[in-house]
Amino acid sequence: MGLGIRALRATRSSALGRIYSTSPIYHRILSPSSPSFFRWIVTTPELQKPDAAAEPAPQPPPPPTPVGGARVQITKPEDAIEVFVDGFPVKIPKGMTVLQACEVAGVDIPRFCYHSRLSIAGNCRMCLVEVEKSPKPVASCAMPALPGMKIKTDTPLAKKAREGVMEFLLMNHPLDCPICDQGGECDLQDQSMAFGSDRGRFTEMKRSVVDKNLGPLVKTVMTRCIQCTRCVRFASEIAGVQDLGMLGRGSGEEIGTYVERLMTSELSGNVIDICPVGALTSKPFAFKARNWELKGTETIDVTDAVGSNIRIDSRGPEVMRVLPCLNEDINEEWISDKTRFCYDGLKRQRLSDPMIRGSDGQFRAVTWRDALAVVAEAAHNTKPEEIVGIVGQLSDAESMMALKDFLNRMGSNNVWAEGNGVNPQADLRSNFLLNTTISGFGKADLFLLVGSQPRVEAPMVNARIRKTIRATQAKVAYIGPATDFNYDHQHLGTGAQTLIEIAEGRHPFCSSLLSAKNPVVILGAGVFERMDKDTIISAVETIAKYGKVMRPEWKGLNVLLLNAAQAASLDLGLVPEANSSIETAKFLYLMGADDVNLDKVPGDAFVVYQGHHGDKSVYRANIILPASAFSEKEGIYENTEGCAQSTSPAVPTVGDARDDWKIIRALSEVAGVYLPYDNLEAIRCRIRVVAPNLLQMDEKEAPTVSAALKPEFTGKISKSAFGTTVENFYMTDAITRASKIMAQCSATLSKRK
Amino acid sequence: MFSPAVGRLSRRLLEIRQLFAPSQVKSLSSRSFSTALNYHIDSPDNNPDIPWDFTDANKERIKEILSHYPSNYKQSAVIPLLDLAQQQQGGWLTVSAMNAVAKVVEVAPIRVYEVATFYSMFNRTKVGKYHLLVCGTTPCMIRGSREIEDALLKHLGVKRNEVTKDGIFSVGEMECMGCCVNAPMITVADYSKGSEGYTYNYYEDVTPKRVIEIVEMLRKGEAPSVGTQNPQRIKSGPEGGNTTLHGEPKPPPCRDLDAC
Ligand code: SF4
Ligand code: FES
Ligand code: FES
Repeated sequence: MGLGIRALRATRSSALGRIYSTSPIYHRILSPSSPSFFRWIVTTPELQKPDAAAEPAPQPPPPPTPVGGARVQITKPEDAIEVFVDGFPVKIPKGMTVLQACEVAGVDIPRFCYHSRLSIAGNCRMCLVEVEKSPKPVASCAMPALPGMKIKTDTPLAKKAREGVMEFLLMNHPLDCPICDQGGECDLQDQSMAFGSDRGRFTEMKRSVVDKNLGPLVKTVMTRCIQCTRCVRFASEIAGVQDLGMLGRGSGEEIGTYVERLMTSELSGNVIDICPVGALTSKPFAFKARNWELKGTETIDVTDAVGSNIRIDSRGPEVMRVLPCLNEDINEEWISDKTRFCYDGLKRQRLSDPMIRGSDGQFRAVTWRDALAVVAEAAHNTKPEEIVGIVGQLSDAESMMALKDFLNRMGSNNVWAEGNGVNPQADLRSNFLLNTTISGFGKADLFLLVGSQPRVEAPMVNARIRKTIRATQAKVAYIGPATDFNYDHQHLGTGAQTLIEIAEGRHPFCSSLLSAKNPVVILGAGVFERMDKDTIISAVETIAKYGKVMRPEWKGLNVLLLNAAQAASLDLGLVPEANSSIETAKFLYLMGADDVNLDKVPGDAFVVYQGHHGDKSVYRANIILPASAFSEKEGIYENTEGCAQSTSPAVPTVGDARDDWKIIRALSEVAGVYLPYDNLEAIRCRIRVVAPNLLQMDEKEAPTVSAALKPEFTGKISKSAFGTTVENFYMTDAITRASKIMAQCSATLSKRK
Repeated sequence: MFSPAVGRLSRRLLEIRQLFAPSQVKSLSSRSFSTALNYHIDSPDNNPDIPWDFTDANKERIKEILSHYPSNYKQSAVIPLLDLAQQQQGGWLTVSAMNAVAKVVEVAPIRVYEVATFYSMFNRTKVGKYHLLVCGTTPCMIRGSREIEDALLKHLGVKRNEVTKDGIFSVGEMECMGCCVNAPMITVADYSKGSEGYTYNYYEDVTPKRVIEIVEMLRKGEAPSVGTQNPQRIKSGPEGGNTTLHGEPKPPPCRDLDAC
C-alpha cells in the first residue's frame, strides 16, 4: 500500500518528460501547420518506438534512496553481495529477493501478491523485471538476488510485461470503482494508471463470483478479487485461523471458506488492509466516506495495554474509521478488530453535559460552575481518609497525575487505578512491565504463560508470540483455564498449584525450562486481583530465578497488563493506602472507572463520575462530569512494555466535555486547593518529577532488575484455578461496550468460538 | 451504385445478429467449468453434521497409503485419500468425507477443500453408480463426441451432470484421457461395488449406438469388454490390420553410430 501513488507520480512525470523532450509527435502537433490528424494516445512511447529506449539518458539521475525507508542490515560483511539495479550498484545481504534489492536501490516495483510480512506466493506476476541473461522476464518477488545480477526495471520488455499482466488482471475485474470502497486507495487502480495499458483486448463475458459472508466486520465483493492470496496467507500465517482458502481453478477460482463460516479471528480486520483491491473491505465503513475526504491523525489505541499505533480517519467531527500505523516494535502493521472497529462507540452514549442527580433520582443538566461547586463542597464535607479516587482503564497519565495531586491536597492518598488489585507492586518497574518487550519476543525459544490469555488480552502480543513460534519453533506452555490458542501449546495446569510445583522443581516442565536458552515467562495481570497474588508473584519469581529467566542480557520475566492506564498509574504511584477504603468511602471520585465493583460503596457516599461514556458507574453516580475520549485529547499513555506514547486529538469533543486533567484542575481551584498547572506543558513538568520516563516518548527505559531483594514464596495459595480475565474480547471498556459493531461481533463471533 | 456497400453492410448486420442469436447466447452461458460450485451449500445429504468415517477395510488401506509418505508430510496423502473416500462414498465427496480426510492427514479442512475443488475428478455433487464421462477434447470432438454425449443424455433422459432417477447413471464430461487414437471414447467410473470393486474403464471407438448398448449392458450388470469397441481394430492398431510396418523395420542408416 502506499506504493501506488508514489509510483504513479514517478512514472507519470518521467513518461511525460520523455514525451516532451524526445517525441517528435509533440512538436508536430503543436506546430501551427500540423498537417494531419494524430491519435495522440501514447502511454508508453518506447513500446511504439522501440529505438526510443535505446537512446542514452541525458545524464545519470542522482543516487537512489531506498523505497519507504527500506532498511538494509548486513550483519556479516562476507554475506553482502552486489547487484546492479538499472545500472546502479547496490550492496545487499545474501538471500534477499530481486524485489527487495530493487527497493534498496530506490526502485519501487509494482506488486500485488508480495507482502513483506507474508510468505512469498509469486502468483500475480505484476513484479516482472528484466534480468540480464535471463531469456524471460522474472518475477522479482520470488527470485533470489544473485551476486552481480543486472536487474533492469525500466526496459521496454519489463514495461510490456507489466502491461500484459495488468491486462490479464483487469480482464475479469469489474469496472466498478465508482461504487467500490477501495477507490482512491486501491493498488489495482493506482498501478493500472501507472503501468497498465490504456485499453484492453478482452471482449468476452467477465466472470462473477458469489460473495462470501465473513462476519460483521469484513465485507466481500469477491468478483473484484484478483487471486493474490494475501488474505489466505494472512489468515493462516499471522491470524492463525485456517478458514480461508483458494477454491477451484482456472477462471472458476475463488477465495472462500467452502463451508460457510465466519472468520473467527481477532485480527480479521487486517485482511481489509492487505487486500490490494476492493474485494475485502470494511463492512461498518461501507459507503460511508471516500478516503480522500478524510483527515488522518496518527495516535495511539487505548483498548488494551499494547498501545498499538493507529491512524484515526475523521471527517469533520466524526471518526470514520481506524487504520493501523506501522510500528515495528509494537504492532508492526496490524491492529486487532477491537481497535479497528470500536470507533462507533465514540459516538454513542456520550456524556455531553455536567449533570447532577436530583432528589427524584433523575439527572439534571447543570453548568460547569454549579457542578464543580457541588463537588468541591461535597469533598470538603468529607473526612480526608474517606475520600477515595479510582482511575479508569482509559485514563491518560496527565489526568491521573492531576487526580492524585488533587486528592493528596485534599488530604487523601486513597487513589488507585482499576485492574491493579490491592497493594500493587509499584516500586520496581520490572515488576509490572513486559520486560522482554514485544519485539524482544522474537528471540525467545520458550514461553510460559501464567494466567494470561494473550489472544484476548493483547492480540498484538499474541501475534508476536505466534510469529516467533512460526519462525523459531518456540514452545509454549500455559497455566490457566483451558482457552483458545491459535498455536500449539502445552497446557500444564489450571491453577496456582501447578505453578508451585514448577517453582519447587517437581514438575516435568522444569527440564524444558532449564534447557531453554531464552525463556520468557508472562504473568497475566488478571492475577493481580487475586487474594494470593503475592504468593503467585513470588512463585513466578522463584521460577524466573531458577530458570535463569532474568539475566543481564536477557530479561525474560514479564507481566502482561490489561489496560492502557495501568502501566502509567503504577509509574505515577497510584497505590492506595488502605485496601478496604472503598467500603468506608464517603466521597468517591471515579475518573472513567467503570469496572470497579461499586456494590460495597456505602449508600450515603457521594459519587462523582467523570468520564466520556454513560456506562456502568453512571448508575451509582451522584454527579457526572463529562470528559473527552482518547480520540479528542492529547495525553500520554504508557504501554505494557513501559513505552510512553502520546495520543493526538483527531476530532473535537462532544458537547460541553473537557479534558480530564482540566476538569480536575478547575475543580481544584473551586475547592481552594489550587493545582499549579495551567497547560499541558506544566502538567508534564509535574509528571517529570514523579515519573520522568513517561515523557520520553516512544522510548523504553530498560527497567532495573534486582533479583536479590525478592522474598522467597511463602504464604497460602488458593486452590482455585486462574480465571479468564477477558470474558468477552469485544467488550472490555466503556467505548467498546457502547459500540454497536462490537456488540454485533460478540453476538456472532464469540458465540461460535 | 451503393449496392456493394449495402450488401456488405447487411452481411455484417447478419453476422452481428447471429452473434446475439439465442443459440449463441445459450452456448455462451452454458460455458462449462470443470466442476460445479466452488462453495458448499448445506443439503440433507451433504452437510458437515453428517457423521462420516472410513470403513475398517479402508482404514487398513489408509495405513498402507500413508506409509508411502514421510510421517511429517502426511498431507501428501490427501489426493489418494480423497480418492478412497470418493470410492467409499459412491462416487462423490461430501463435506463430512473431506473433513474425515483432513483429520487423517492432520491439516485444516479448508486445505482439503482446496484440493478437492481443484481436481475435476473429485465430484462434490452426487453421481450415479456408473458415472459416464465423455471425452470432449478436440480429437474426440472431431470424431463425434458431441453426438455420443447427446445420445447418452437422450437415452438416459438426463442433463449433463445429472443423475438418473434410479440413481444408476450420470453423464459428465472430461478432457482428453489420452486415447485420442481411438477417439471418440467414454470412461465409465463404476462405483456400484464400493471401493473394493471400483473400476475406471475406457470404452473407445464408440458410436452413438454402441454407447447405448454399453449402458444397457451395465444396467443389466454385464461387463462390456473394455477398450476399443470397433471389432476391426486390435487395441489402437489400424482398422482391418496393419497397412504399414509389415516386417521388422530397418534401422535408419544415419543412426549407424559405428559408421560415423
Ligand atoms: S480477496 Fe483480496 S487479498 Fe484475498 S486473494 Fe482476493 S484480492 Fe487478494
Ligand atoms: S508480486 Fe511478484 S508475483 Fe506477485
Ligand atoms: S481427445 Fe478424447 S481421449 Fe484425447
